[in-house]
Amino acid sequence: MAFLELINQTGWDDVQQSIYAKTEQDVLQALSKSKRNLEDFKALISPAAAPYLEQMAVLSHQITQKRFGKTIQMYIPMYLSNECQNVCTYCGFSVDNKLRRVTLTDEQIQKEIEVIKSHGYDHILLVTGEANKTVGMDYFRRVLPLIRPHFANISIEVQPLDQHEYEELSQLGVHTVLVYQETYHEENYKFHHPKGKKSNFEYRIDTPDRLGKAQINKMGLGVLLGLEDWRTDSFFCAMHLNYLEKTYWKTKYSVSFPRLRPYTGNLEPKVNITDKELVQLICAYRIFNEDVELSMSTRESEVFRNHIIKLGITSISAGSKTDPGGYASDLEALEQFEISDERSPKEIAEMIRNQGYEAVWKDWDAVLG
Amino acid sequence: MEPLKIADKVFTSRLFTGTGKFSSSLLMEEALLASGSELVTVALKRVDVEDKEDDILKHLSHSQFSLLPNTSGVRTAKEAVFAAQLAREALETNWLKLEIHPDPKYLLPDPIETLKAAEELVKLGFIVLPYVNADPVLCKRLEEVGTAAVMPLGSPIGSNSGLQTKAMLEIIIDQAKVPVVVDAGIGAPSHAAEALEMGADAVLVNTAIAVCSNPITMGKAFKMAVEAGRMAFEAKLSKGIKHAVASSPFTSFLDI
Repeated sequence: MAFLELINQTGWDDVQQSIYAKTEQDVLQALSKSKRNLEDFKALISPAAAPYLEQMAVLSHQITQKRFGKTIQMYIPMYLSNECQNVCTYCGFSVDNKLRRVTLTDEQIQKEIEVIKSHGYDHILLVTGEANKTVGMDYFRRVLPLIRPHFANISIEVQPLDQHEYEELSQLGVHTVLVYQETYHEENYKFHHPKGKKSNFEYRIDTPDRLGKAQINKMGLGVLLGLEDWRTDSFFCAMHLNYLEKTYWKTKYSVSFPRLRPYTGNLEPKVNITDKELVQLICAYRIFNEDVELSMSTRESEVFRNHIIKLGITSISAGSKTDPGGYASDLEALEQFEISDERSPKEIAEMIRNQGYEAVWKDWDAVLG
Repeated sequence: MEPLKIADKVFTSRLFTGTGKFSSSLLMEEALLASGSELVTVALKRVDVEDKEDDILKHLSHSQFSLLPNTSGVRTAKEAVFAAQLAREALETNWLKLEIHPDPKYLLPDPIETLKAAEELVKLGFIVLPYVNADPVLCKRLEEVGTAAVMPLGSPIGSNSGLQTKAMLEIIIDQAKVPVVVDAGIGAPSHAAEALEMGADAVLVNTAIAVCSNPITMGKAFKMAVEAGRMAFEAKLSKGIKHAVASSPFTSFLDI
């Protein structure tokens, strides 16, 4: 059964009610188990778990060190294009934002690579909007061979594609594909994505299944925190993860926690997730799933990022620019969102070292496919 | 203590070590030196073989250490053979820890792909040390295709839960004609001592040393435990008598 069928059998309201009905007893039970299930995850993200945040943090810290050691993987995004045909209420690239659109040329890409490599990066995340004619498969076929020789590990965050296209990308050296559902609430999803290919909820939710069938090495999941009740949305994401791990057991998984950030257009979050709640969510994921990679971007503040290093996160970006050409060419192109932590990769690596962790720059090799 | 011979190499230390999960390469170096380990495994994916100043390799360039490149990250026999050839060329050793785990969650080794790859790698002249589940038949099959040792797991990797596969390890040790190295799951010096007491030829330890408050002291603790376990084995540890001794022995009638 594909995830789409599974989610159709699970009512949003029922899930929401059962999360808010969890008791301290449920939380204590979840904390004391050696393997946790989805019901335990509900308890850990519920309001009832709030008084147990310190215990959750200790547990999350211990589990993460055991599995991942005292290391943090470094990565950086490279925005290739901000062209996009979608209307998304929360995104700076939305087609209705009348600002400068840029897709990097081969020469501009080379310049970006030089700057990124000079910081020591070997893992890169390539990002584009959704504009099939300019940044579709033809574009990837052209630029991936330019980029691949320079990096040990390539991730992409682009429009959802078909299975055969993912298979081709894998051949071209793509290791990881990130595709965030944004929200699992179908009506609300349609409200936030009124136009463009992205408005197709079912195609998007089916994307991880296509990635699994294409045997991609790793996929990244996530919801955009702020669009809906974060607890219910995160539960569906955890359920998705659980389903995928069992179905496509050769694939690795990561989860990210993007919070709605200021951008050109300024949508106010429907639901705020506080710093405390975000820590609770991160720890809950770790306690629920000891092996999933958890990733942290520069959307978060310096203070938050400094402290989250020890609490369950396994990879972090630093020195990010979210506009195409942002590293080497000043194209005055529109950025996707404002970053919050502007420290350099070197400074972040130093911060990581000062906490007794090693910043890892390379943990894959192009020869491994 | 009897030295351990694997293929053409003789080891005084029966503690093999991993190089992942440490908080810095310097600390890794100091902890591994303190452990007395002479064979250290390095993931090909973690090192930049083209960089002469690679941080991990730089800290392992001691005469005490022989490198054991591993194929961590590969999912099939084909990928493993490819990675092995690259490791041999780059790190100038034909020793190889063969690990194929298509399952990135529990990192459990694929027996079928491992056997296939081992057969081919032996033909290509590699000294192959395969990481496998504690499966006695698989270990014999690997021995038959010419691996230099077998490395069955004590429990899931990184779990620190000790010799959960003890009953199978006993059979493997009993049957093996090649050295048996217990790999994965060894979370405390007492687990390592237990493996050596049972007759395992060596153990491979990583997480327990890397992820603790004082890896250098822990390295020493493992060194001592491995030595104690081996000494006890060589001194022929007396097996506890589990059954009662009959007051009139069953066979005493024969003496009448």
